[in-house]
Amino acid sequence: MNRFDYIRPATVAEAVAAAAVPGSAYLAAGTNLLDLMKGGVMRPARLVDLARVPGLDAIEALPDGGLRIGARVRNADLAYDPGFARRFPAVAEALLSGASAQLRNAATVGGNLLQRTRCAYFYDPASACNKREPGAGCDAREGENRLHAVLGWSEQCIATHPSDFCVPLVALGAVVEIEGQAGRREVPLEEFHRLPGTTPERESVLAPGELVVAVRLPGEAAGFAGHARYVKLRERTSYAFAVVSAAACLRLEDGAIAEARLALGGVAAKPWRVPAAEAVLQGARPGAEAFRQAAEAALAEAQPSGENGFKIELARRILVRALTLAAAGTPERLPALPASPLASHSGVSLHG
Amino acid sequence: MSLSITLTVNAVPRTIALDDPRVTLLDLLRERLDLTGTKKGCDRGQCGACTVLVDGRRVNSCLALAVSHDGAEVLTIEGLAEGETPHPVQAAFIEHDAFQCGFCTPGQIMSAVGLIREGQAGDDPERVREGMSGNLCRCGAYQGITEAVLQAQRRLAEPEQEQAA
Ligand SMILES: Cc1cc2nc3c(=O)[nH]c(=O)nc-3n(C[C@H](O)[C@H](O)[C@H](O)COP(=O)(O)OP(=O)(O)OC[C@H]3O[C@@H](n4cnc5c(N)ncnc54)[C@H](O)[C@@H]3O)c2cc1C
Ligand code: SF4
Ligand code: FES
Ligand code: FES
Repeated sequence: MNRFDYIRPATVAEAVAAAAVPGSAYLAAGTNLLDLMKGGVMRPARLVDLARVPGLDAIEALPDGGLRIGARVRNADLAYDPGFARRFPAVAEALLSGASAQLRNAATVGGNLLQRTRCAYFYDPASACNKREPGAGCDAREGENRLHAVLGWSEQCIATHPSDFCVPLVALGAVVEIEGQAGRREVPLEEFHRLPGTTPERESVLAPGELVVAVRLPGEAAGFAGHARYVKLRERTSYAFAVVSAAACLRLEDGAIAEARLALGGVAAKPWRVPAAEAVLQGARPGAEAFRQAAEAALAEAQPSGENGFKIELARRILVRALTLAAAGTPERLPALPASPLASHSGVSLHG
Repeated sequence: MSLSITLTVNAVPRTIALDDPRVTLLDLLRERLDLTGTKKGCDRGQCGACTVLVDGRRVNSCLALAVSHDGAEVLTIEGLAEGETPHPVQAAFIEHDAFQCGFCTPGQIMSAVGLIREGQAGDDPERVREGMSGNLCRCGAYQGITEAVLQAQRRLAEPEQEQAA
């Protein structure tokens, strides 16, 4: 780990001013940043610690029935907040399917949004990586790329965004509140992360030094609470990143789908909302046929970026699974293995 | 800037001067405070061997910067027993043979204490396994670990039930 100056600002304004100095990085819990610094992947000259900055750790109800979640709210605190889990169950399920209990106790909302890719070549300073070192090349193109992107990738970078939390959030129209030296602005989460194009090192619309202060869920997003699920396929049962994942949130009226909100995870450099698939479902009767059509529409543009063509069909099937579970209704309590396609509906033991 | 921090470690208040902000909570415990019960497995958040409670919550001390936890209360495996009497989770691990080499055990025990405090798993073994999935055991003592956690949880609940009755 490189040496750095440690700064502990006492206000948002102080934090934003401190981080405007080139070479600075915000420190939230550090569960991603310290890992990357230990590997020499990130080498910030200054860490601006958010631990003491007031006003970042509240979960507030909004007049429209929505919720404003401070950037430093811990992943576990949000997932177990009864009001939150009741109104946004797919988001709680996604949170509880991520990392481990220890990491969720530490990891913050802002850090989860801004966590970096898990591409192994990005993590290895001896490999060529355009994201780590613009212009260096991309060793993933000819390397181990089973888990890389099938949507929105470029010749320069085929990495995915690893967050679970962001997948149902983007489906539900979450908005990111950002504070910078020029003041406050808001960006829909759907436009927050950038696709790699020719500049994979630029991963979000944040300007250097800008701070995420909160994420907002609009009140209408709670209208999907009765039929909202997240499904995440992993290479082991728990404590693993998604191979592919899907959030499906439905509003049913008279047995038909009045509105659908769908997004995929593990497929692109951003949480991938699929409006074309949402449109297919509008007015349709929930069922295998409609769900398969929606899945075809969701992956229509998908292309393998290496030896990962299997992820395209897998993503279709996981989306169908998420839709089937959502249509059946959000369970009273999350299953024992949140988001697991292996879990039975009632959360009964897998192991006999 | 002074990098002096205060921590309460196993109920003992300490003031610690840090010459370098890079020190993790794990290295501080092991290298500076000689509390070597907390283990360093991967040092990258992937194994759980370094699990301690910070302000009552289980976290990976290898991915926590010590200087950022100024003022925190830390509980490690060394602070769990009451004198010579092991904590109910420690006793249950012994009773259920919930370890072999023992390297992961301090992290498993601290994680189990955290899990029981969180109160989310109930008596469902599947929920206990999922709640303990952040602690790897290379010896594969998982069966005993799950049984130990369930038993310790029942024992810890008993006095409360008696009071309620
Ligand atoms: C072993 C392991 C397994 C994991 N598994 C999963 C998983 O299955 N699913 C999943 O979704 N995640 C997983 N994670 C990732 C985990 O969710 C992230 O590490 C965590 O969310 C990051 O939050 P943090 O508060 O620790 O952020 P930090 O590590 O402190 O920061 C991460 C980045 O965000 C920036 N940042 C932080 N807060 C702000 C802010 N408010 N404004 C602007 N920039 C900010 C930092 O500068 C840094 O670049 C895993 C991590 C580990 C180590
Ligand atoms: S896929 Fe992206 S992150 Fe991975 S090596 Fe290529 S450029 Fe780097
Ligand atoms: S040493 Fe901290 S998780 Fe492995
Ligand atoms: S007892 Fe050996 S690693 Fe768990």
